[in-house]
Amino acid sequence: MKTSHSFDERFEFRGKAKTWSLVMIAIGLIGIAWGFLSGSGERTFSNLLLMGYYITCVSICGVFFCAVQYVAQAGWSASILRIPQAFAGVLPKAAVILLVIICAGLYFTHPGLNVDGKQTILPYLYKEWSLKGVTTPGDPNYNDIIAGKSGFLNIPFFLIRLVTYLACYSGLGWLLVKYSNNEDELGGMLNYNKSFKVSVIFLVIFGFTIPLFAFDTIMSLEAHWFSTMFGWYNFAALWVSGMATITLTLIYLKENGRIRWVTEDHLHNMGQLIFGFSIFWTYLWFAQFLLTWYANIPEEAAYFYKRWEPEFKPWFWLNIIINFATPLLVLMSRDSKRMITVLKTACVILICGHWLDYWQMIMPGTIGPQSSFFGLGGSKSSFLFGIGPLEIAIFIGFAGLFMFMMLTALSKFKSLAPKKHPLLEESLHHHI
Amino acid sequence: MSSTKYILGLFDDPDEMMHGIDELQKNSIPIYDVYTPMPIHGIERKLGIKESRLGYAAFMFGCLGGTTIFSMAYYMLVHDWPMNIGGKPAFAIPDFVPITFEWTVLFTAFGMTATFFYATHLFPGRTPRVMDLRATDDRFVIAIDAKGNIPHEDITNLLKKAGAVEVKHNDRKYVSYE
Repeated sequence: MKTSHSFDERFEFRGKAKTWSLVMIAIGLIGIAWGFLSGSGERTFSNLLLMGYYITCVSICGVFFCAVQYVAQAGWSASILRIPQAFAGVLPKAAVILLVIICAGLYFTHPGLNVDGKQTILPYLYKEWSLKGVTTPGDPNYNDIIAGKSGFLNIPFFLIRLVTYLACYSGLGWLLVKYSNNEDELGGMLNYNKSFKVSVIFLVIFGFTIPLFAFDTIMSLEAHWFSTMFGWYNFAALWVSGMATITLTLIYLKENGRIRWVTEDHLHNMGQLIFGFSIFWTYLWFAQFLLTWYANIPEEAAYFYKRWEPEFKPWFWLNIIINFATPLLVLMSRDSKRMITVLKTACVILICGHWLDYWQMIMPGTIGPQSSFFGLGGSKSSFLFGIGPLEIAIFIGFAGLFMFMMLTALSKFKSLAPKKHPLLEESLHHHI
Repeated sequence: MSSTKYILGLFDDPDEMMHGIDELQKNSIPIYDVYTPMPIHGIERKLGIKESRLGYAAFMFGCLGGTTIFSMAYYMLVHDWPMNIGGKPAFAIPDFVPITFEWTVLFTAFGMTATFFYATHLFPGRTPRVMDLRATDDRFVIAIDAKGNIPHEDITNLLKKAGAVEVKHNDRKYVSYE
């Protein structure tokens, strides 16, 4: 079997994909503007944080995917590595966007009620621990528990931590991409071995810091509450949603006549990983839930109590149904993983499902119950409670932004496969 | 009338064996089975072997395990001897989930092993059915049912030409019983 693929074709980012991504960005911008102008600043900020976090996580997943493949010395994935590498290329930009959102959220304030129900001035994000006077005894905003946590949870250290994590992930991702590009020029084992080393370093750093990244960015929104499962639970969501995005990108490129060397066997592997890690996600979700439910300690149960309010309960259950039952029922059989349409549908559902997952983590503890169509009335008891045009517009906007940045990064590669990767032949003959 | 029951073509290289399969198929000689010391990618498709049904067995065993333990736990903790544990209701489904999961996995694993043993006639203490002992070591063996596939010399020549290091005409199906 001789391979006759031309790896020199470049991906050109133009035409429909570009138009659509720009349209999606425009929808997002309109959504953001509408959110701020209609006086729902906090809700808009929470949504921006959600999507900023989401695209950062998906980009981190690209670096993580590459690193895992190098460390495992996996051959099957060699020919698809350009796609996660493009994700890694997006990471610095996504990180900056996330940091800008967080800084703005900490800087801008609005009048509101503190945890004791007193009128005060609150920042838009992380209000539980970042509002003025929360650590000063005697201040009306003073909170004993938060003051006790302020050694870790204070604005300068918080920002230093976030910048450090994101700089590490981005830098190591950038190195992996650089080595892979050098490999295309030079061939040989040198760059592969270097990538292996960088991947090992990345995985060690990633393993220790990704739970902290989740604690800082999302869990500290409800700073009175904590869960040691939270970090790994977020990691599972990152990994599943990231791989669903990688798979969608593969399918998109394949359907457009690119990357012809990617066969249903590669997609089957991706499907298996998505399936397996969706079960892992469920395992962690349930572990966190079961322990809290069983122990029933008020300070822990408060978290789920909020999510069991009638406004959130349908979404709470929908979350577990979408993210567990979809992969379980749809992706379990071999055939469905090998059918592009089925796999594509499952990926889209999971990407939306993990958006709902993040939404569940952020909204009940920050903005609380909201009606879907703010400013337009809307029934508070309806099933569609809480998720309205604003949420959808911002989701679409960031999805378009990610698509735009990722396809731009992909078009910068000189070839759509690392053509001198030592394990490329194995990948081209991948069979399962 | 020859007493040969099976003709075995022994190869020392998997690629040459694959080539041998191609040659036999080109000449419309049906292959009884192929034995290799290691898994070879793509060989099932080439031989037209039906997809394994082990997955269905696994699913059934999983369902059986889950149902068994859920019923047991229900009988013990809800029906027969309900206890007040931390003020939780007797029928506390979240508590049942871990054990149900564990038993599902346990039954699936044991059930699949048993099914595999049954389907391949393997069992500890039982003599395995092997057509050529070196197929478990360093030879890639193509077996052809000798009955109806004549002349045998043609098959021998074909296998030799495809790169077989040895061609055996066996009077018994399984050598391992000897």
